[in-house]
Amino acid sequence: MRGFTIAALAATAIGSGAALADDHEVKIGVLLGFTGPIESLTPAMAAGAEMAMKEVTDSAMLLGGKALVPVRADSTCVDSAAASAAAERLVTAEGVAAIMGADCSGVTTAVLQNVAVPNGIVMISPSATSPALSAIEDGGLFFRTAPSDARQGAIAAEILREKGVEEIALTYTNNDYGKGLAEAIAQNFEALGGTVTINTPHEDGKADYSAEVGSLAAAGGDVLVVAGYLDQGGRGIVQGAIDTGAFDVFYLPDGMVGDSLPAAIGSALDGSYGAAPGSTGENATTFEGLAVSAGFEAGPYAGESYDAAALIALAMQKAGSTKASDFAAAVLDVANAPGEPIGPGELKRALEIIGAGGEVDYQGATNVELIGPGESAGSYRQIEIRDGAIATVGYR
Amino acid sequence: MADILNALAVFGNFVAVPGIAYGSQLALGALGITLIYAVLRFANFAHGDTMAFGTMAAILGTWGLQAAGIGLGPLPTALLALPLGIAATAGLVLLTDRYIYRYHRARRSTPVTFVILSIGVMFVLNGLVRFVIGPDDQRFADGERFIIRARDFEALTGLEEGLTIRTTQLLTLVVAVAVVAALFWFLRRTRTGKAMRAFSDNEDLALLSGVDPDRVVRVTWLIAAALATVAGVLYGLDKSFKPFTYFQLLLPMFAAAIVGGIGHPVGAIAGGFVIAFSELGLTYAYKRVAGYLLPEPWAPEGLMQLLGTDYKFAISFIILVVVLLVRPTGLFRGQVI
Repeated sequence: MRGFTIAALAATAIGSGAALADDHEVKIGVLLGFTGPIESLTPAMAAGAEMAMKEVTDSAMLLGGKALVPVRADSTCVDSAAASAAAERLVTAEGVAAIMGADCSGVTTAVLQNVAVPNGIVMISPSATSPALSAIEDGGLFFRTAPSDARQGAIAAEILREKGVEEIALTYTNNDYGKGLAEAIAQNFEALGGTVTINTPHEDGKADYSAEVGSLAAAGGDVLVVAGYLDQGGRGIVQGAIDTGAFDVFYLPDGMVGDSLPAAIGSALDGSYGAAPGSTGENATTFEGLAVSAGFEAGPYAGESYDAAALIALAMQKAGSTKASDFAAAVLDVANAPGEPIGPGELKRALEIIGAGGEVDYQGATNVELIGPGESAGSYRQIEIRDGAIATVGYR
Repeated sequence: MADILNALAVFGNFVAVPGIAYGSQLALGALGITLIYAVLRFANFAHGDTMAFGTMAAILGTWGLQAAGIGLGPLPTALLALPLGIAATAGLVLLTDRYIYRYHRARRSTPVTFVILSIGVMFVLNGLVRFVIGPDDQRFADGERFIIRARDFEALTGLEEGLTIRTTQLLTLVVAVAVVAALFWFLRRTRTGKAMRAFSDNEDLALLSGVDPDRVVRVTWLIAAALATVAGVLYGLDKSFKPFTYFQLLLPMFAAAIVGGIGHPVGAIAGGFVIAFSELGLTYAYKRVAGYLLPEPWAPEGLMQLLGTDYKFAISFIILVVVLLVRPTGLFRGQVI
């Protein structure tokens, strides 16, 4: 009897599921870490992605008036097993056509290998930056609107060499992000003729970094590159190096750029410099305005999330299909030139142009330009610490 | 000659000065552990979190004083809040003794029972501190940060290498010396101190001579609370306060107490410095020091680093294991106060 009830319930559930998943609706997974270390960023990221989907739905232009329905799932940012299970649910139970996510590099890799590739689902991550994802076996299904840290490494090396730096000491936070970024910086800097005197990890969450600073000081160098976190070990290293007079100038990658660092260290940080992802110009401003009128604050990676969702919709329109095997190849087409440039809030126009057989060059909130295996070329904001505040020097 | 001075300056800047400060902090912590062991005869695993609790109370007091605009000029305000921290911690340890340890003392439970109890207390304190002040870093040092900065030292002496001495480092040393002197005077000269030593040496004999055991236990807890709070506040001023790092300090502090000979106050101090200098000395890269001392052609290419800095914690663990294997009583033949 009990077995029968469950079977009946299951049948009803499947029945209602099928009724919802009619031809009119296309479900898109929004797989982000709604709990975990970046839970403060993900609400705005999800809101960004959902804003793009709503824009597409409201336009009634996608493949003859289809609606995009977001389905949220929790990637946790750190737990690969939980993220894979959540993605599995999106694919098998919800039947999503694509996944906007995941967010952190580790879980993104796991979901891609365990769920997206075996099931043939397109994934566009707004925020995974590990260089390892560039070379991953993805069957042409994985894209990201965030730049790889390999790109950040190249930019860091360029900036350092332009400043005439010959020797750097390098320390990184001991995780996938820090290690990947440090390797990228070291390789590029050496390729440009510089010398890396030491490349050593530090652990976050310690009270005392004098031993780490001691070995960095022993190795020496013109500039200390700290690929860490500004509220964690990175700050401890900078503070220790300044206190002991080991280094005067620091290079600050994205994890170290924030107002709390100069506030904590004070004037001794003046003259240090760095770069963090950041786009400029009309599109970024327009997106911020759109976000405010949609009722959320455009935080870090919210623009990238909007762009990821928009690219999914435009690629579907281009391929004339919601099947991953059809539209995956179209993502690069719509993201890059040639074609009509498309900013944020212009998705209706883009869908019209594509529907009429034209070409678009999607720019979106973050001036998207997909390179290599389908990742953002990335625009970086070069900064310098002046009078205890972060000053923008330029973009590259 | 200048080369030797430069080498000394580098060594002082990165090993000697931080080592002396860290060693003093460990020594004060290990003293508390060793006193509890000598009198109450168990290894108090809650000592690290007692330190965290005392420091937390002192930090809250510091914030109150800062808000009221009271300060000590060039010295950190936390020194004024120290008595408050000690009082709060004393109340806490007396409460835990009254409601947790006393029952088992009366029943003469085995030492391992006490160790397990102290682990329980440790977890409760762990949670309590996080509830009150949160799990994050807290910086509460104010006043003048440096006694001498690296750049000023270079200008002053004309050397190529700078030497930094921070206020908190000197303060740690001064306070530690004062506290240790007071403790030894107390143990050797006062009636209560002598009663504690007698109690530690032979409990039954001490009881026969009319020593009040409850009083000895109470005074021991009070001293341990004061030592833990002073050690914790000095460590927090010098570095930073974070509940988890105080919990982690348990390993080097126990290693210090055991290396010196547990139950032996002089041993705890010696042990603190042995552990601190091993941690810093074995993970320091001697490239620059050797560069000054050796003639030009012999200058080292590599970093001359024995162990990566990641192994800092492993060092106290290795020392602990080696001492327990080779000389279980420690440097100073422990077990008596």
